[in-house]
Amino acid sequence: MPTNTLNGRSFAVDEEGFLTDRDQWSEELATELAALIGIELDEEHLAPLRFMREDSSRTGVTPTLRRMQTVGGFDVRALFGLYPGKPAKKMAWLAGLRKPVGCV
Amino acid sequence: MAANHLAKALDHDWSITVVDRDVDHHYQPGYLFVPFWMDPDRVVKDRRDFLPGRATFRQEAVRLVHPGRRQVELAGGDLLDYDWLVIASGSVPRPDLVSGMADGSLWRDAVHEFYTHEGATALRDALARFDSGRLLVHVSEMPIKCPVAPLEFAFLAEDHYRRRRIRHQVDITYVTPLDGAFTKPVASAELGGLLEDRSIRLAADFAVERIDNERRRLVAYDGRELPFDLLVTVPPHTGQQFVLDSGLGDDAGFVPVDRHTLRSLEHERIFVLGDASDIPTSKAGSVAHFATELFVDNFLAAVAGRPLPNSFDGHANCFVESGRGQALLLDFNYDTQPLKGAFPVPVAGPMRLLTPSRVNHLGKLAFEQLYWKVLLPGHRLPVTAHLSMAGKKPPEEH
Repeated sequence: MPTNTLNGRSFAVDEEGFLTDRDQWSEELATELAALIGIELDEEHLAPLRFMREDSSRTGVTPTLRRMQTVGGFDVRALFGLYPGKPAKKMAWLAGLRKPVGCV
Repeated sequence: MAANHLAKALDHDWSITVVDRDVDHHYQPGYLFVPFWMDPDRVVKDRRDFLPGRATFRQEAVRLVHPGRRQVELAGGDLLDYDWLVIASGSVPRPDLVSGMADGSLWRDAVHEFYTHEGATALRDALARFDSGRLLVHVSEMPIKCPVAPLEFAFLAEDHYRRRRIRHQVDITYVTPLDGAFTKPVASAELGGLLEDRSIRLAADFAVERIDNERRRLVAYDGRELPFDLLVTVPPHTGQQFVLDSGLGDDAGFVPVDRHTLRSLEHERIFVLGDASDIPTSKAGSVAHFATELFVDNFLAAVAGRPLPNSFDGHANCFVESGRGQALLLDFNYDTQPLKGAFPVPVAGPMRLLTPSRVNHLGKLAFEQLYWKVLLPGHRLPVTAHLSMAGKKPPEEH
């Protein structure tokens, strides 16, 4: 399993750079990762990430956008505003979770 | 299947009651073939013919489950007492959850699905009429039943138009909310080129917001719009309404269970088999099949108050039609992604994992008979319920 190092922090990642150990995550790391994709992580950006962390700690899987809306109370359009283009993937990456996948 | 297994395993002081709202058991894998060649009548049989003689069949919809007082309330108001309850109520395609889908003017006209008997039959007629233009094959969101079926549909449609010699008139695009048609590393490396080889376009990371019926466009939250002449979509899925109404499910109506024992996390006298649970693996028939085999021993142990002996690993085994008379075979579980190799016998096969072959395609067709004659009656297939690494190549060896 590869390891990435960013500003002195080391963390295990999969082939695509998603964290494989959720315990190596911190909000500071997320902030530094976000800077790499041109996002300044403020409270508004952090709220969905915190929800995803909390939710996945119970379910074992990264929540879907629908679940973000129905359970988390987030507006999907707003999430697209915060994380343009590929919010599900960007948020999973920043939250230190696995990317949403199919079976193959 | 669970009723048949339990009928063999339980003493005669037990009574087994099966409740279902109808008598039609559908061979759902057949839905994929109905739009192309399979007779729609062939996928439906009377479920009563497959139930064990000692089971009582009650034909009525379930309104609520009352786990506190161990009762199932039927639509007509009758209450059935239970000591133990097995929920196997599956998942439901919900075209009403996407704006402009079920409520759009193009529904079952230019907007189709093949996840119901009615839908697959309507799509058969639509495909026969459709001979030029833009065809979108679309997955709304995960989870869905049989997650590879839309991909199979795209391959079969491509083959269908190639055989009709009008492939050049039909533009096919596969539209997915995920970041590709293949999302696991080995599968994506092995099969990534398959869409391109067949000239099927890919629209990835597409989170559908609505269908614009007037302009015939599929619209994403990020503003992308895909025009279509024929849209074949897979609607979002949820669990059954009675699960939601009973407060047994998560937000999508799937019952949270221990992923290794399939026992409800909240109610120890409830087990959940098949798509109705929230286990993080494919909502696929093979999962239900493997899990049910392991469930029986766990159920008997639970009844006796012993620790549950079997731990389900999320094993799934899926044939994936790739068109041209070939299919792929996938074998995976919670922790192991689909890998290359031979199945079920290492090296010898005869089936090849993650590689298109004729034998795999024949295997898929033959499975229909196994389903009715072996699986439903509760006989065992010579395939282990747990995933075996024998015959598989770990990713490092590629």
